[in-house]
Amino acid sequence: MSRDISMRAEYAFWLLPVLAYFVFGENLALLSQIAITALFVLSLDLILGYAGIISLGHAAFFGLGAYAAGLLAKYGWGDPLLGLAAGALVAATAGFASSFLVLRGSDLTRLMVTLGVSLMLFEAANKLTDFTGGVDGLQGVEMQPLLGLFSFDLYSKTAYWYSLAVLFLLFWLARRLVRSPFGLSLRGIKQNVTRMPALGTPVHRRLVAIYSIGAAYAGVAGALLTQTTQFVSLDVMAFSRSAELLLILVLGGSGNLYGALIGTIVFMAAHHFLADINPQYWQFWLGAALVLVVLFARDGIMGMLRRLVTRGAQ
Amino acid sequence: MPPVLETRKLSKRFGGFIACNDVSLNIQPGARHALIGPNGAGKTTLINLLSGFLEPGAGEVFLRGENVTRLAQHRRVKRGLVRTFQINQLFAEMTVLESVVLSTCERLGLGWRWWQPVENHVHAVSEATELLSSLHLLDVAQEKVRSLPYGKRRLIEIALALASKPQILLLDEPAAGVPASESRELFERIARLPRDVTILLIEHDMDLVFRFAERITVMVGGALLAEDVPEVIANDRRVKEVYLGEAHDA
Repeated sequence: MSRDISMRAEYAFWLLPVLAYFVFGENLALLSQIAITALFVLSLDLILGYAGIISLGHAAFFGLGAYAAGLLAKYGWGDPLLGLAAGALVAATAGFASSFLVLRGSDLTRLMVTLGVSLMLFEAANKLTDFTGGVDGLQGVEMQPLLGLFSFDLYSKTAYWYSLAVLFLLFWLARRLVRSPFGLSLRGIKQNVTRMPALGTPVHRRLVAIYSIGAAYAGVAGALLTQTTQFVSLDVMAFSRSAELLLILVLGGSGNLYGALIGTIVFMAAHHFLADINPQYWQFWLGAALVLVVLFARDGIMGMLRRLVTRGAQ
Repeated sequence: MPPVLETRKLSKRFGGFIACNDVSLNIQPGARHALIGPNGAGKTTLINLLSGFLEPGAGEVFLRGENVTRLAQHRRVKRGLVRTFQINQLFAEMTVLESVVLSTCERLGLGWRWWQPVENHVHAVSEATELLSSLHLLDVAQEKVRSLPYGKRRLIEIALALASKPQILLLDEPAAGVPASESRELFERIARLPRDVTILLIEHDMDLVFRFAERITVMVGGALLAEDVPEVIANDRRVKEVYLGEAHDA
């Protein structure tokens, strides 16, 4: 019964972006950004929400994916799907390599190591101007038509459907993953890391795996941003992006894939409208919302929705 | 018979405190072996060293003749050496069934499978269900672990270990905090384990120890004091002095 309801809710949810295409047709650039950000938040949800690895530097992987796809396109390999694969591969490799630093120690250590690694990468990108364009950004990103058929248009139609399709596909894979025995073992590690080795679980390897997967997801999101805007700005790697990411996930509800998506929609919409009304101080309201969520609704918007549904059912 | 589990001069210090001092212990295959001693005697430390939860400062651990002193904890579990914890180590936000399935999945080597949902791994689920049924826990299978009373949670602590199908089971005060009626039932369940499962048990309840154990090792101040069959231990003067004597005073 409740499973039936949640299935229907899922179908309904995925109709929203299709409806949005018709209703907000003149805002497709913003909608693409929402889809890309949602994918990025999803990548953090996999490592933080499911495996309990806290990170303040997840933008490093987003940035690596963005630069990988941008450089590839700039030097002649402008096929979008190739760029996504490159973004995923570069970010996953970096995730795998840095996991051995990150997974040591406590939450505080992890916060500092992820922050430190991302700051180093940011400054490296800032310094290597020949390569990245530094603060001016990476220019000359030329994308070929998607699948050789759909060129990226001024109205962001291709960008929107492309971003949405990638988000949907990767969401579906993540959904399979978190419901599998592998996903269950990640939840086990998050809930009681002491017990897991006593059940025969190689905890460290599981964490390395999910950290690399999360990095790959972030890399794909970064690559998508590059391809749909045909530009890479240095702030793809900025600390503020990592912090904002964490904020969106907590707002939406971590440890729940739809929490990541709904958090993004609410955040981006609030950003859009509040910044219109009150361009300088909109972050005040954002801060207030964050404090309220953390104090009174620890599992975020998704947790509140779930409680409403169960209360409604009773 | 060669011992299934053996330690040679095992030692562990925490700063200046010697928790385990030159412990050489043999556990025979199929044993019902109890480890007793006053609080702070180093019993839990010994379990931690045997299971690989802690690394010893000196000495060695052998599992069926294989030196496992530096072997990671999860690899010892794969070799059949499984423990429970004195303080429950459970998965509070999972249902009872989910947490046991987590354990059976791991035993069946399914822990890396990421494509099929958990419930499609029928073998893992049915094994978990059978275990819960044998522990009379089937009626709470869909309850969240954190919502259960302590006695039930204590049973789940054991269930998670049994789900690993241990060949050697290290039980760290399994009945601690469990009402007497339930602890008796718990021990009956443990006693029903097949004879080829070796059991090493830490327990404070002497009734349970003398009913269950066929061999008893007494530990005091990090070192082994005596080891023998229960009748001999019960009449050992030194044991009475340091252990049973203290218990009578208390």
